[in-house]
Amino acid sequence: MRPFTYERVDSATAAIAAFGAGAVGAASERQYLAGGTTLIDLMKLDVMRPQTVIDINALDRTALGRVETNDQGLRLGALAHMSEVADHPVIKRDYPMIAQSLELAASPQIRNMATLGGNVLQRTRCPYFRDVSYAECNKRIPGSGCAALDGFNRSHAVLGVSDACIATYPGDFGQALIALDAMVELRGRNGDRKLPFGALHRPPGGNPEIETALLPGEIITGFAIAAAPWLRRSLYLKIRDRQSYEFALASAAIALDMGKNQIVQEVRIALGGVASVPWRARSAERALQGRRLNEQTARAAADTAFADANPHEHNLFKVGLGKRTLVRALLQAATMEL
Amino acid sequence: MPNATFHSVATSVAGWSRRMFLTASATSLAVPLFARTSRAEAMDPQTARAKDPRDPANLALTVNGRKHQLALDARTTLLDALRERLGLTGAKKGCDHGQCGACTVLIDGRRVLSCLTLALVAEGRAVTTIEGLAKPDGTLHPMQQAFIDQDAFQCGYCTPGQILSAVSCVEEGHAANDAEIREYMSGNLCRCAAYPNIVAAIKQTKHSMREG
Ligand SMILES: Cc1cc2nc3c(=O)[nH]c(=O)nc-3n(C[C@H](O)[C@H](O)[C@H](O)COP(=O)(O)OP(=O)(O)OC[C@H]3O[C@@H](n4cnc5c(N)ncnc54)[C@H](O)[C@@H]3O)c2cc1C
Ligand code: SF4
Ligand code: FES
Ligand code: FES
Repeated sequence: MRPFTYERVDSATAAIAAFGAGAVGAASERQYLAGGTTLIDLMKLDVMRPQTVIDINALDRTALGRVETNDQGLRLGALAHMSEVADHPVIKRDYPMIAQSLELAASPQIRNMATLGGNVLQRTRCPYFRDVSYAECNKRIPGSGCAALDGFNRSHAVLGVSDACIATYPGDFGQALIALDAMVELRGRNGDRKLPFGALHRPPGGNPEIETALLPGEIITGFAIAAAPWLRRSLYLKIRDRQSYEFALASAAIALDMGKNQIVQEVRIALGGVASVPWRARSAERALQGRRLNEQTARAAADTAFADANPHEHNLFKVGLGKRTLVRALLQAATMEL
Repeated sequence: MPNATFHSVATSVAGWSRRMFLTASATSLAVPLFARTSRAEAMDPQTARAKDPRDPANLALTVNGRKHQLALDARTTLLDALRERLGLTGAKKGCDHGQCGACTVLIDGRRVLSCLTLALVAEGRAVTTIEGLAKPDGTLHPMQQAFIDQDAFQCGYCTPGQILSAVSCVEEGHAANDAEIREYMSGNLCRCAAYPNIVAAIKQTKHSMREG
């Protein structure tokens, strides 16, 4: 690991001040440190090389660490830990998709360390990104090429990929946030702003090194999810190589408001493990809207969701697996006992 | 090794022990050459030379109820500080990347991975390692006893992490049945596959821990 200067701050204002001004390019020289489960890992691998590390863990004692629920919805502070939110009784009951997306991620130890803000910003697990002995990785070294295109790309994405990068967005919680139209709350040098969660991450396009719409030094302060009739009938289904402590090969986040005779009033669908960014499957939602939900309509919706899939040599199976995961999740949601 | 024999109070570079010096040079060997391009040419008032991010930082770590003053490179993880500087070798280095759970310790009573925690981040918090689990008179924690009773290890490498994780698993209320125990112990890998016996040890302990 390269040397860095460590600073500890106790408020968002102090964190932003410590980050200081600076050009976008220089931003990677400074990093906020929350749970460290992404950052310290990647610093050990020499993939991330900050010269200054600003420890924001003490912010969990401010509003940034709080979880609030009321009739209007849910507000999750960015410094709240994954484990607290996964175990929160109201979230488990009223927002099962959110609790499950966190509970099925990583391990209990990691969930005790990791924060929600850090979670949505976790980096891809692409093995060529994580191993600096590969010279080709556009995400690490812009313009260098992509070793995964001709390499072993079993874990890579089939949706939202480009010729420059086919890396998978590995997170689970992000799928819940995008399915539920969450808002991200940000604080920076120019004050506060809000973004739809779907606008936070950028598909790779020609610049896979730019992953988010965050401005240099901007801090995620929290996430807001509005109450909605589809929240209680919601779930997160995750399929992986082993049963636990593993990233998704495919996953589906479903929220469903079902009327009489299994007619879909509203449905929200997001897909994990298969796409370059948190992935909302809007075409599948439209295909189900107003229809009766059964195996046939669920399959048709899944076909729509993967119509634009762009698989490579080793990840073709993800198209079929992704569809089956979505169908199973939809049918499971339809039969949930409320 | 009883930690009382270990004096790691090093507040100045001159006070470094040979062991610490060896540790520090071993660490820097693994680091690629780094040009001294400190952006802010800050001067250290004490040494009257430019501040180097590799200069040791003073910190106090509270481990198993004892406070230790240390001078550490900011890059030092809690795991390396425990093992290399405090002589507490119970926490094991399996993968060093958050993937195995061998380095599990408790911070403020919650199980975490010491390999992904900077020692500086643990300052001001209560760290508990396997060495701090038994009573001062040597009476084992019920979970330690249960691991012996149920033969819940073979080589023992993963065991300190398993035991601390198991204590948390029960305290968190995630030990209702075998399936839940397995899920909530999935962050601790065991190459010897002592898993069924670990589940049995947790089941043996969960009632006595609740009562005690
Ligand atoms: C072995 C292993 C298995 C895992 N399995 C899964 C899994 O199955 N599913 C899953 O979803 N995740 C998984 N993860 C990833 C894990 O969930 C993330 O590493 C974690 O959530 C990151 O949160 P953190 O607080 O530790 O972030 P950090 O590592 O502290 O930070 C990550 C990045 O976010 C930035 N940052 C942090 N907080 C803020 C903020 N509030 N505002 C602005 N920037 C911020 C940091 O500067 C850094 O660049 C796994 C990780 C490991 C090591
Ligand atoms: S897929 Fe993306 S992250 Fe992986 S090697 Fe290619 S450019 Fe790098
Ligand atoms: S050594 Fe920390 S998880 Fe493996
Ligand atoms: S007892 Fe050998 S690794 Fe678990």
